[in-house]
Amino acid sequence: MHKLRSIHHFGLFVVFGFILFLASNRVDELRVYQGASVAVFVIAIASLILLTGYSGQVSVGQGALMALGAYGAAVVRNELHVPILLSFFVAVLVAAVGGALLGAAAARLSGPYLAGTTLALAIGIPPLANQFSILGGEQGLAFDVGNPPARLGEDFTQYKWFFWIAALAALISMWLLSNILRSRYGRNWRAGRSNEVAAQLSGINTGRSKILAFTLSAGIAGLAGALLSMTIGTVSPSAFTYNLSLMLLAGAFVSGVSTLSGVMIGAVVLVGIPEIADVVANRIGSSENISTNLPGFLNYALLILTVLFVPNGPVEQHHARQARKAAMKKIKSLPKPSMEGNT
Amino acid sequence: MSLVVSHLTVHHGAICAVNDVSFTLTQGELTAVIGANGAGKTTLLRTLSGLNKATQGSATWKEQDLLHSKPEHLVRSGISHVSEGKAVIPELTVAENLDLGAIWRRNKKERILTRDEVVSIFPRLGERLAQRADTLSGGERQMLAIGRALMSKPQLLLLDEPSLGLAPLIIEQIFQTIRELTTAMGLTVVLVEQNAMGALKIADTGIVLNLGSVAISGNAASLIADAQVRAAYLGY
Amino acid sequence: MIQFINTTLIGITAGSIYALMAIALVLVWRSTRVINFAQARMALLSTYFGYEAMVRTNSFWIALLVAMLGGGLFAAIIELVFMRFLLKRSASGPIASVAPIIATLGLYGVIRAVTASIWGGQELQIVAPVSNVGYSIGTETLVFSPLKLLILISVGVLVLLLSLLFQKTNIGLALRASAFSPEIASLSGIKVDLVRTLGWSLAGAVGAMAGMFQTVDGTGTFSPDSIGFTLLFVSGFIAAVIGGLESLVGAVIGGLLLGLVISFVLMYISSSLFFIAPFLVLLLVLFIRPQGIIGVKAARRA
Repeated sequence: MHKLRSIHHFGLFVVFGFILFLASNRVDELRVYQGASVAVFVIAIASLILLTGYSGQVSVGQGALMALGAYGAAVVRNELHVPILLSFFVAVLVAAVGGALLGAAAARLSGPYLAGTTLALAIGIPPLANQFSILGGEQGLAFDVGNPPARLGEDFTQYKWFFWIAALAALISMWLLSNILRSRYGRNWRAGRSNEVAAQLSGINTGRSKILAFTLSAGIAGLAGALLSMTIGTVSPSAFTYNLSLMLLAGAFVSGVSTLSGVMIGAVVLVGIPEIADVVANRIGSSENISTNLPGFLNYALLILTVLFVPNGPVEQHHARQARKAAMKKIKSLPKPSMEGNT
Repeated sequence: MSLVVSHLTVHHGAICAVNDVSFTLTQGELTAVIGANGAGKTTLLRTLSGLNKATQGSATWKEQDLLHSKPEHLVRSGISHVSEGKAVIPELTVAENLDLGAIWRRNKKERILTRDEVVSIFPRLGERLAQRADTLSGGERQMLAIGRALMSKPQLLLLDEPSLGLAPLIIEQIFQTIRELTTAMGLTVVLVEQNAMGALKIADTGIVLNLGSVAISGNAASLIADAQVRAAYLGY
Repeated sequence: MIQFINTTLIGITAGSIYALMAIALVLVWRSTRVINFAQARMALLSTYFGYEAMVRTNSFWIALLVAMLGGGLFAAIIELVFMRFLLKRSASGPIASVAPIIATLGLYGVIRAVTASIWGGQELQIVAPVSNVGYSIGTETLVFSPLKLLILISVGVLVLLLSLLFQKTNIGLALRASAFSPEIASLSGIKVDLVRTLGWSLAGAVGAMAGMFQTVDGTGTFSPDSIGFTLLFVSGFIAAVIGGLESLVGAVIGGLLLGLVISFVLMYISSSLFFIAPFLVLLLVLFIRPQGIIGVKAARRA
């Protein structure tokens, strides 16, 4: 049964991929580029869903982990001229190592202490790049994935190439991740999140489990970071400010942080909001001040509304409501307890 | 009839904790509410003091509705609730804990007078006024909790398991003091207890709760003599 | 020698500003058990209020007063309108402990967007009431200036006033009682909701002072993205954690300690550690003494 499910899901992913292939041939360049961004955000948000949703560790520092991956990939590519695939692997590795270290440090923290620590990290790590010349300083490093291979034809633009790499990476990592989340590890994370003591009492090594979550999540974030830099063309501190970390957190919660199913929602929101904001700002003919800040405002207002009204995310909220209705029905149909005597 | 509770029903989510409970108390009456764990005793008190919301029914004290006000307002109407578990604030001193009880009262002189009264009822507290409450023994903490409740000059006193976790000798003292206070100050008291015998001995009337409903009620002495009550709660 | 004195004085002054932010965070924590990630943003908004007052009256002190009043009022509104609703909705469920963090982060973003929309991205200036030129001792010039002295004195006075408020007044007792045990406080006749709003209001005012002093002591200018305010939050947070999150005294000690440590690290080890130093200090503290220097409760798993 389990095997059937994962095959079934893989099938879904393949179908989805095929649809994307068809679609990308028909849309204009801007959309293709945005598609690449969506794919990148899907991966980044998924890393947060793993870390915060499943393992319950709130991190406001995912951007820093993305930066680790991006720099890792860029340095390796520029200094050692490795093929693109290898540089992405390095990105995952470097970020994962960083994540493991951070996880070890953070395993004893929770709640606001963890959030504050990761925030301090998000602020502190990117500027470090300015200290080491190999990391390119303020302007950063160039990160070039090269041109699309010739056999894909002449119309295959650079952006389409970005999109395809990113989308493929997203599909593969989502499939892998969803299987991991469904496995014993996923259950351990969930158990540790809802009641750490109870989890420990049932034999789960919660400390190791948390570090594993951090490591894996960081690796995934590292991949996203490398992909992000791919789309921009450079790796620099300014691409990985703490604002990015906050936005990712927002995206994760808007998608419903405790389940992978809604991850596309968050990614689309993050990419779509600047677009919508643009349109709205133009429509009402507002000042430059307002139009620059409208995307941020919408993003965070949406986050607040989500936390207030749909705290578990749209997908899980829906499921929970169904479950509650079923449970209420069951309770009402139970016979009333007897009134006579007791011990 | 000062305290009138009529068809009171309280739910915790889908579970019914207090089920159609009705009783009345006259002024100056001390009633013991006994029953097993989970019988709804604490929920009953918490509903009367405004901490929990009732689903149905009514409760009035001297014709004033108890069910739709916040606890801080009911205190001003003369209702004091000593919640279970030695309800003091450990980080504050004894004096501060006591002052807390009278914090809403305007007249400073009266507050000082009341504090002197409380200290004369519980002299042990008077010796420890400047100490932090977490340095007190269990019995002293319970005295402090009751003392704090008295600081607001209540007319209706709700006590939730004051004997819990205390040594037998102290329990006797506490029950004795509660009885004396009730008579001396003309208080109306609802005493929730697991220590059924001790409570019934000092009470005028008793109410037995079982799974949220009133199983039996009446004169305290007759409840002590009642065979069913004896078997179920008094252990003999 | 002079360098040592300078480093110490810089550290203490910066530390006193961190202490203010830490106090604000502790006040909010005690009244609502929430770390307000938007506290520095609210301080920024208050600084804008101060700026507007400054522009109209040319008096720093009036500007400071306006900033604090405005900050306090704004904080009270946020608590009334936003936090109460949030805390009621998120009382249970897997998201319960996390919701306030996310919500205040969202608040951070919204306040930032709104302030940037209203006042734009440019640097605005607030003029200090006294000079920031260091005192001279013989031929040497200290970094310590009349302005820094003023800041230290102001912070000291504020801390004193707050202590008096908490320890000697009924309102202070009500604030403390509500923080330690809301239920007992309520049963004692304290209007716990009002007290909570008051806690936030005080925090807003204190944070406003931090924002104004921070601006004036630094470059004298500020903007929505001033790195100073971002670091102010992080530093205030770390200082609050060092101090144990539960006491004002702890917050002050935490702030001063942090200020000194960072100052010495930057001067004697490397100035490029500017951004990462707070993180390292935080890690160190959380490992060595997670309950803080003063704090009694090991609340980091709260």
